[in-house]
Amino acid sequence: MLPFLITALIFLILGSVMLIANRVLAPRRPDPRKYIPYECGVDPSGPGWVPFHVRFYLIALIFLVFDVEVVFLYPWAVIFEELSWFGFVEVTIFVVMLLLAYVYAWSEGALQWE
Amino acid sequence: MVSNNLFLEILLILIKIAVVLGIVLLHAAYTVYAERKIIGRMQARLGPTEVGPYGLLQPIADLLKLLTKEDIIPLEAERLIFLVAPLIVLTFAIVNLSVIPFHPSFIIADVNIGILLILAGASLAVYGIILGGWSSGSKYSLLGGLRSAAQVLSYEIPLGMSLAGVILAAESFKLSDIVNHQAQSFFGMNAIPQILGFIVFLICAFAETNRAPFDLPEAESELVAGYVTEYSGFRMGMFFLAEYISIYVMSLLIVHCYFGGWTLPGWLLTIFPPLKFVPAPLILLIKVYFFVFLFIWVRATYPRYRFDQLMSMCWKILIPVSLLNFLIVAFLKRGGF
Repeated sequence: MLPFLITALIFLILGSVMLIANRVLAPRRPDPRKYIPYECGVDPSGPGWVPFHVRFYLIALIFLVFDVEVVFLYPWAVIFEELSWFGFVEVTIFVVMLLLAYVYAWSEGALQWE
Repeated sequence: MVSNNLFLEILLILIKIAVVLGIVLLHAAYTVYAERKIIGRMQARLGPTEVGPYGLLQPIADLLKLLTKEDIIPLEAERLIFLVAPLIVLTFAIVNLSVIPFHPSFIIADVNIGILLILAGASLAVYGIILGGWSSGSKYSLLGGLRSAAQVLSYEIPLGMSLAGVILAAESFKLSDIVNHQAQSFFGMNAIPQILGFIVFLICAFAETNRAPFDLPEAESELVAGYVTEYSGFRMGMFFLAEYISIYVMSLLIVHCYFGGWTLPGWLLTIFPPLKFVPAPLILLIKVYFFVFLFIWVRATYPRYRFDQLMSMCWKILIPVSLLNFLIVAFLKRGGF
């Protein structure tokens, strides 16, 4: 784990150094027009934070369920031989249950994006 | 003595990091060049030719240009998040390289949860894109960031599930174990029994790297430049560097998980024995280059997917297919393959 953390740290430092180099080397000619959000050259209309569709949240909820499924499959996959047929049948039941939820979500139109 | 050993250990790690960093940054820079050249040729153009012989110094010129460009921070932006987002993307894109073996005995961090760390790092890198898009205070950036979020939610499950098949086959999260398992297995590589998983993983890898045909978060014909619209100077460069590094991470992952990494399948060696003398790093390099070329090739060939098409493909096709692949692998393994 230590080498992994050192790598992360090194790259954080390296990235920061490059950004500082950018700060030092780059010219700075402030102009108020440079600091407004880009909207094809026209003055921006309304705030930048536009409302977005509630579907994003719905998809996130379904994602959570299936992501947990994947998380449960991983440890089982690692000790597959040890658990033999017992584990195999149990995971099959688990997957079938989730498939039912998946089919239900599909039939309710949760996966439909209009 | 203990502190002395620790010091040596850290020194060794630093040397390894320097080697990997040198190789990967050079590759990333020249992949940009290769991409421009290849796409240029595919579109009957020449690509870069001006800087140096055949335009070979173009990546260096680009780097210098990015370093000397003004770093503009829009007034509307959430300053702190806006400043940190590129660092998050770059760091988590690169940190994945530390758990990928480049040679049977060359790996920075030989941990036994390699694949889990890569999945975690890849997911965290997306945070940088979402935060960068959200914090810019521009409509295009916000939409780019949101698309990225929805894209992650869609491809991450099939990605994880197709990898579950690979993990199941080797019964390990360690990439070197997975490679060794394939070398000893009946088929010689996972891509043959797990062809479905491989196709799913390949599609998800394109989505993961935000490359065409799934470059929706930055779709330049619809969203100007998506989440990078408001970024300039080296901050923008960092997003692009991260993209090219993650192409290498995903190519390495594909090669290690499905094509036996630095090994060649046993049946190929029986048919053509002289292949035994090809050095391991060369085998790995050729395989990785092929997939990097594939990334570029696909960009030149396929039009961009529409947003809802990507979502429904991931949810309605890739998830059932990857689950099917998983069950096939489980049955095969029970059956003794």
